[in-house]
Amino acid sequence: MKVKKLEDGVYQLDVKGYVCPHPQLYTMKTLQKLKSGDVLEVLFDNPSSEESITALCDKEGHEIIEKRSDGGTFVYRIKKA
Amino acid sequence: MADDADKKRKFWAFSLVGIMLIISLWYYRVNPIYMYIIAYAWFGFAYGILLQWGRFCFASAWRDLFAIGVTRMFVGIMVAMGVFSIIMAVLAANQLSTFHPGPLGLHELIGGLIFGLGMVLAGGCASGTLYKTGEGNGTSMLALLAISFSQAIFVDAQGWFDKLLRGYIFPQPKITIDQYFSFMGSAKYFWANSVINTIIPTLIFLSLAYWFVARKSIVKRIIEKKAAALPADGGDVKLGLKDELYGFWQMITASKRTTLAGILIGLIAGIHVMTMQSLRDKFGIENFGQALVKLGFVEEVSRRGTVFDPGYWYITTQEAQIGAWVLEKFGWNMKDNIFFGVMNGIPEPWHNPALLMSIGIILGAAAIALLNKEFKFKAPTKELAVWGILGGILMGLGARIALGCNIGAFYIRVAGGDPGGWLFFLGMGGGALASVKFLNWWTERQLKSEDFDIDIEIE
Repeated sequence: MKVKKLEDGVYQLDVKGYVCPHPQLYTMKTLQKLKSGDVLEVLFDNPSSEESITALCDKEGHEIIEKRSDGGTFVYRIKKA
Repeated sequence: MADDADKKRKFWAFSLVGIMLIISLWYYRVNPIYMYIIAYAWFGFAYGILLQWGRFCFASAWRDLFAIGVTRMFVGIMVAMGVFSIIMAVLAANQLSTFHPGPLGLHELIGGLIFGLGMVLAGGCASGTLYKTGEGNGTSMLALLAISFSQAIFVDAQGWFDKLLRGYIFPQPKITIDQYFSFMGSAKYFWANSVINTIIPTLIFLSLAYWFVARKSIVKRIIEKKAAALPADGGDVKLGLKDELYGFWQMITASKRTTLAGILIGLIAGIHVMTMQSLRDKFGIENFGQALVKLGFVEEVSRRGTVFDPGYWYITTQEAQIGAWVLEKFGWNMKDNIFFGVMNGIPEPWHNPALLMSIGIILGAAAIALLNKEFKFKAPTKELAVWGILGGILMGLGARIALGCNIGAFYIRVAGGDPGGWLFFLGMGGGALASVKFLNWWTERQLKSEDFDIDIEIE
């Protein structure tokens, strides 16, 4: 698991290789530590976390501004509400 | 490059289907009665596709509820069970059901608790572990091995599982709710097993999930919408029963993919039961062990002449059998116990009906994951290997004590009218809550040890 700052207000959480519930748990915990309007880019390769992270964002009101996937790796960019 | 990779994935996905077809035809050529076990494999394939496509994992039902406040999967399994129970009632009314209840007792609650602890640690339930193995998930592969060997060793070691079976589990009553409603005729299956034992508790659980977990954010959105529609001079936003019912429906339909998968899994599970009973009638058998004996494979069956052949979706017993089959190759005597020796036998893997279903689940999940560009081999890290193996061991122990897992001891039992399935479900919830608390502590600890180069305060 790696968290890094890409630029001001934009952070990246890399949870590739992790299985449930780690990707969604780390996503939730990292988002809790960000400021409203900050963007978190989440990299994960556990397909089951896709629906859970989407549901989490929907529930908390965070906006998923971009979804990409290639070769089993998913990249979600989430704007914190 | 990307096109080449896509072509390769599609090639492998269709190859898996082709391999299944060729093996099926070969089995048929050897003896048409093998169609009985091939049917299991194809239903497994269908389950695998739906589980992977719907991200349908029973572990996430309780876990995501407690860990991140998401009701998606909780809704999915309740929908799947409601649909399946209605089909089961119709099949039972027409003597087409293979269902048999389990002994009703505290072992289901305790087994569920241990199983629940394990499934959250391993990152998937028993069926989830299979479909995630099909996605190329190395942690799930380790969990699968741990489930298989822990069960095999547990039921054989020191004979204490035999004592538990004889002394406590077997004397417990086996009931289905329809027993108490015989005055209703065939309708008893629907009203007793489906409505009373399944649909009403399901609605209660869903209402609790709505009220305590999903409602807050849904109601917030409803209030915002209503407030925006108010005239400029203001006024109060009031919530009525209609709004609550709308909110409840919002929760049910929040993840259409999961809910649709739930409906389809319920339908397939029902068709599976009907197909197996029809095949039993066609081949004149009640258990595949009878066919194996006729074919001369006497060593593979139990002392009763049977093998594990549930007639419906099941996961863990066949995993115990493959664990025992491997241990026998290393010289262990695995048949000097009730579980294998008297009840389930240890058939060769290619003769094992339920094991072919599990292989089908893995292949079905792999095929759909390849087609959707989601297949990726992921070697487990040391940390995940520990959780996978530990979780698998706990799931194996829990499943044996409860005589089933999230499918055999919960999903099938509840929908078939056996109230004991709910004991397993509640146990699973308790175990999941404890493991979530542990993982919350663990992930927080990991985040703190992470060398942040961002200005985030860690609480």
